[in-house]
Amino acid sequence: MLQQAFNGLVGGAFYALLALGLSVIFGMLGVVNLAHGAFYMLGAFGAFVALDSFGLNFWLSLLLVPPLLGVAGIVLERLFIRRLTPLDPLYNFLFTFGLALILQDLVKREYGVSSQPYPRPPALDGTVDLGLFTYPAYQVFVLGVSVLMCVVVWVVLTRTRVGMIVRAATERPELTGALGIDVGRWVTPVFGFGIALAAFAGVLAAPMRAVNPLMGADLIITVFAVVVIGGLGSVFGSVAAGFAVGLVSALGNLYVPALSQILVFILMAVVLLWRPAGLFGREEAFR
Amino acid sequence: MLRVDRLSAWYGEAQALREVSMRVDEGEIVTLVGRNGAGKTTLLRCLMGLHGSYGRTTGTVSLADEDITGLAPHRRARRGLGFVPDDRGVYATLSVEENLLLPPVTKGSQEPWSLKRVYETFPPLRERRRFPGTKLSGGEQQMLALARVLRTGARLLLCDEPTEGLSPLIVQQIGEILREVKAAGVTVLLIEQNVHFAATVADRHYLLAEGRIVESLDNDQVREREHELLEYLGI
Ligand SMILES: Nc1ncnc2c1ncn2[C@@H]1O[C@H](COP(=O)(O)OP(=O)(O)O)[C@@H](O)[C@H]1O
Ligand SMILES: [Mg+2]
Repeated sequence: MLQQAFNGLVGGAFYALLALGLSVIFGMLGVVNLAHGAFYMLGAFGAFVALDSFGLNFWLSLLLVPPLLGVAGIVLERLFIRRLTPLDPLYNFLFTFGLALILQDLVKREYGVSSQPYPRPPALDGTVDLGLFTYPAYQVFVLGVSVLMCVVVWVVLTRTRVGMIVRAATERPELTGALGIDVGRWVTPVFGFGIALAAFAGVLAAPMRAVNPLMGADLIITVFAVVVIGGLGSVFGSVAAGFAVGLVSALGNLYVPALSQILVFILMAVVLLWRPAGLFGREEAFR
Repeated sequence: MLRVDRLSAWYGEAQALREVSMRVDEGEIVTLVGRNGAGKTTLLRCLMGLHGSYGRTTGTVSLADEDITGLAPHRRARRGLGFVPDDRGVYATLSVEENLLLPPVTKGSQEPWSLKRVYETFPPLRERRRFPGTKLSGGEQQMLALARVLRTGARLLLCDEPTEGLSPLIVQQIGEILREVKAAGVTVLLIEQNVHFAATVADRHYLLAEGRIVESLDNDQVREREHELLEYLGI
């Protein structure tokens, strides 16, 4: 049971990292980035290609792949998303959806649909004795580093001037401009950062999940449920809901296997009936 | 200080401002009075550059002889416009102190208020500086919105009904603050329905009706016609 709960938390770590980026992007740009899962997938493939073609190990990939894809995100925002933002939100919806399909198919063409092998970093190959049970060292590392990442983002958002500007621009973009802050200048780096987080999750996933072109599409639907449960645009909500959903689906798997596929969506429906803005969302978000 | 020339604004097809021309001189407090829906808020938002997402505008706005008509809101703020919106614009996700520190200090205009001075003038803000901005009472939120732009050193304050819905004591306090900043050389354009209050703080008044400036009044005229004006404004 405890072990299953731990599995749930590790799975939840991926939800949390992806939901976090999605949420910050939505808050700041008002864009639901449907290509988020594709960048998670590209992160994993980036690690695979780095090892396969350039001999770069896991640690270097973890360091290099997220910033590289973050830069790709910045280019994307500058070239396309920025131009579509003043139009109906539907345009960015369709654009990011189309982009996700294109990225998936490009990778599929190159590598096929079967999963690519990616070894665990040797340093984390063993198991760790957690007292009540032993657990793969790599999974413990994933959980730790994800929690750390979420904490770092939280501290930046709540304790720094940049974080203050991001919060203000998320709550009231127009007013924030009228108070002398160039909101547009902060939009691009925030988008790039959200993409880099997705890629970071992708690299983390490579040694423990199947690396294939559809890995992002499979995951992202649950991540959207996570973001809705946590409250659209609420950073804290996304992270908390990420880990909670991981736990619930793992324990659901154990006790009610028949429902395991839809449990998350039942949870989402219940939360929405109870709090339409999500657990930590504010009603004003719907103005 | 501020010059508005034949400013018109539309919401889609509906025209909300019709060739408004007006001026506010340096160091003056000028009020804008008019019934609900006359276009006061629309005018203030146009001055701040915030109308763009609603519809088109024509005409020009200049600040200290510089044409700012095409400038983005953040550039106007940095040139010394201090915006106090009708809903006070206090952030729920920022603490009281963060609300105060958010807008950057503008260069080379008025003496910016230090945080210390803000707290000395408005003690409740110091007491609650770690609370979310929206946990303040209505009056305190209004103080916060005013203090926030004073801290930037804005030279022209644009205040949208700062006294609305507040107790007489707080209205009086806001009046004192306005007189104090005026004495320091700050210029104020104030939307105000309380014409009695307006006549005690302001130098001149514009009466706005259906998007047009229909009259320009001085304090004596406002005092003489107080009852007529109050009746007209429907208060
Ligand atoms: N967002 C909006 N969309 C359409 N019409 C609006 C909007 N805001 C204000 N108006 C219209 O513009 C006119 C002026 O409104 P406003 O400037 O808010 O008046 P005031 O501040 O003097 O009460 C009114 O007729 C109002 O109905
Ligand atoms: Mg108004």
